[in-house]
Amino acid sequence: MSTSTTEPRAAGADDRSVVQIGPFHPLLEEPVGFELTVEGERVVAVDARMDYIHKGIERLAQQRTYDMIPILLERICGICSVTHSVCFCNAVEDLLGVEPPPRARYIRTIIGELERVHSHLLWVGLAGHFIGYNTVFMWAWKYREPVCDVFEMLTGHRQNSAIPLVGGVRRDLRVEYLPEARRVLDELDGQVRMLTEAVLDDPVLAARLRGVGVLTPQQVVDYGVVGPTARASGVATDVRRDDPYAAYGELDWQVITAPEGDVFAKAVVRLLELAESIKILRQAFDRLPGGDLSLGIRHVPAGEGIGRYEAPRGEDVHYVRSNGTNMPERLKVRAPSFTNIASFQASCIGASIADVTITLAACDPCYSCTERTIVVRDAAGGEARAVGDLIARSQRETRRIAAELGRPADLVLPAGGAR
Amino acid sequence: MLTKSIFTRALKRSPWVFHVGTSGCNNCDIEIADCLTPRFDVERFGIKLVGSPRHADVMLISGPVSRACREVLQQAWLDMPQPRLAVMVGVCACSMGAYKDAYSVSGPPDKVLREVDPDARFVYVPGCPPKPETIVMGIVKLLGSL
Repeated sequence: MSTSTTEPRAAGADDRSVVQIGPFHPLLEEPVGFELTVEGERVVAVDARMDYIHKGIERLAQQRTYDMIPILLERICGICSVTHSVCFCNAVEDLLGVEPPPRARYIRTIIGELERVHSHLLWVGLAGHFIGYNTVFMWAWKYREPVCDVFEMLTGHRQNSAIPLVGGVRRDLRVEYLPEARRVLDELDGQVRMLTEAVLDDPVLAARLRGVGVLTPQQVVDYGVVGPTARASGVATDVRRDDPYAAYGELDWQVITAPEGDVFAKAVVRLLELAESIKILRQAFDRLPGGDLSLGIRHVPAGEGIGRYEAPRGEDVHYVRSNGTNMPERLKVRAPSFTNIASFQASCIGASIADVTITLAACDPCYSCTERTIVVRDAAGGEARAVGDLIARSQRETRRIAAELGRPADLVLPAGGAR
Repeated sequence: MLTKSIFTRALKRSPWVFHVGTSGCNNCDIEIADCLTPRFDVERFGIKLVGSPRHADVMLISGPVSRACREVLQQAWLDMPQPRLAVMVGVCACSMGAYKDAYSVSGPPDKVLREVDPDARFVYVPGCPPKPETIVMGIVKLLGSL
């Protein structure tokens, strides 16, 4: 149901109305419910209902063996399939204290960067679609197709490669297709350059997107925003550089930042990152070393591990606790969109309704990555589904755990309480 | 009978589709959107993605139905004018796929929809995700079955 109805009303503090966006809204690929409280055209509060896509995938992972989990975790999100499976492998490898063989690390880099290229092109297209500029949508998605083709040539599937494995990779890339992949990449390089120049020089896009949905560097730090959304506010954070995994530490590339923090800057950062990703891919193709594909891990001892991965949307974190059996005792997924979505509280307040859709889309939110929780009833019988309730709840839990551990809670929580 | 045949003929010429991602992983949803873009461009066959179930002839459903989506999906289905058809895109929508044992999933969409509309007609397009060509073929088969 696309229920986005509002009656024109005069602005005034006592004359507020609520605009419901979703759960099935033509602008959203996924079901998610936003409630905008508006005074006239101006948004004064935003809240989200985030349990439509919760499928209990962490629980499912805890019922599967370490070999099966990467394949399941590819299904957390269709666009971040490499992200979640490699991030899980990073977590278990952190637990084991091992590093995969060089060829496996390069293969992970190649599939990860191909994913970043198609994800960023997808966002650029959707951003154009959201502001009603379908030329950009069609154009960007046309260039995305060859990337999916390369992914299919090298791994056998357009998005879900089923390649990552704890301690290495499951299969080799289909190396006979590498020359063709390189040719497509060279072609794509020119196309991406042209698209970047066209978008950056477009007066319509500049007029529509500059100054919209601004996040200041302070807000980025306060909300823990990650990925291109943070980099577009001048905060140079990138796990690939800060805590290198796979082969990123051995390759030459740059972290792209832009100072403005508006939606236009987020588009600029993503477009320029496309060129960097293509640069990484070329180097990885050239330097792809020989040798083993996997360490052949047979047993995971008891312990804890944390994996980090720079997803196309920002830093992804997986936590794994093992009790020595062949299944993890606990798997926790903290997807990048989780923190980025909270920043809507800062970027959407005060904007007009027309600007909110593109502001919501600007951090490339992925709800199927994020929805790791469902609260149907709390103990008192009331419902708690709004993001504010959940944040207050998790802060209460953090204080309780901090008290149990005998640590001051203000070290882990911001002083101001609920955001 | 005459009105019925007119409806069917009109539907086959230009089916308007409404996309519902019930609680999929986004991948089928992206492939559905991919069908609209220049390489596949289903609009040349008159297939058009619309923003409301009230305008739609065919519903494209991806993903298993989570508890929260259940009633919303049923309501959206009843909002569609008859004759209404549905395409189950992806293995999750066909048979729940990896989420068969998940605690917060209430069933595959065909069962959820048959609860409110026992005569509903579906086409199943398996794959994780199905390629855009396969989705187009599914819609063509559905229209061919009319």
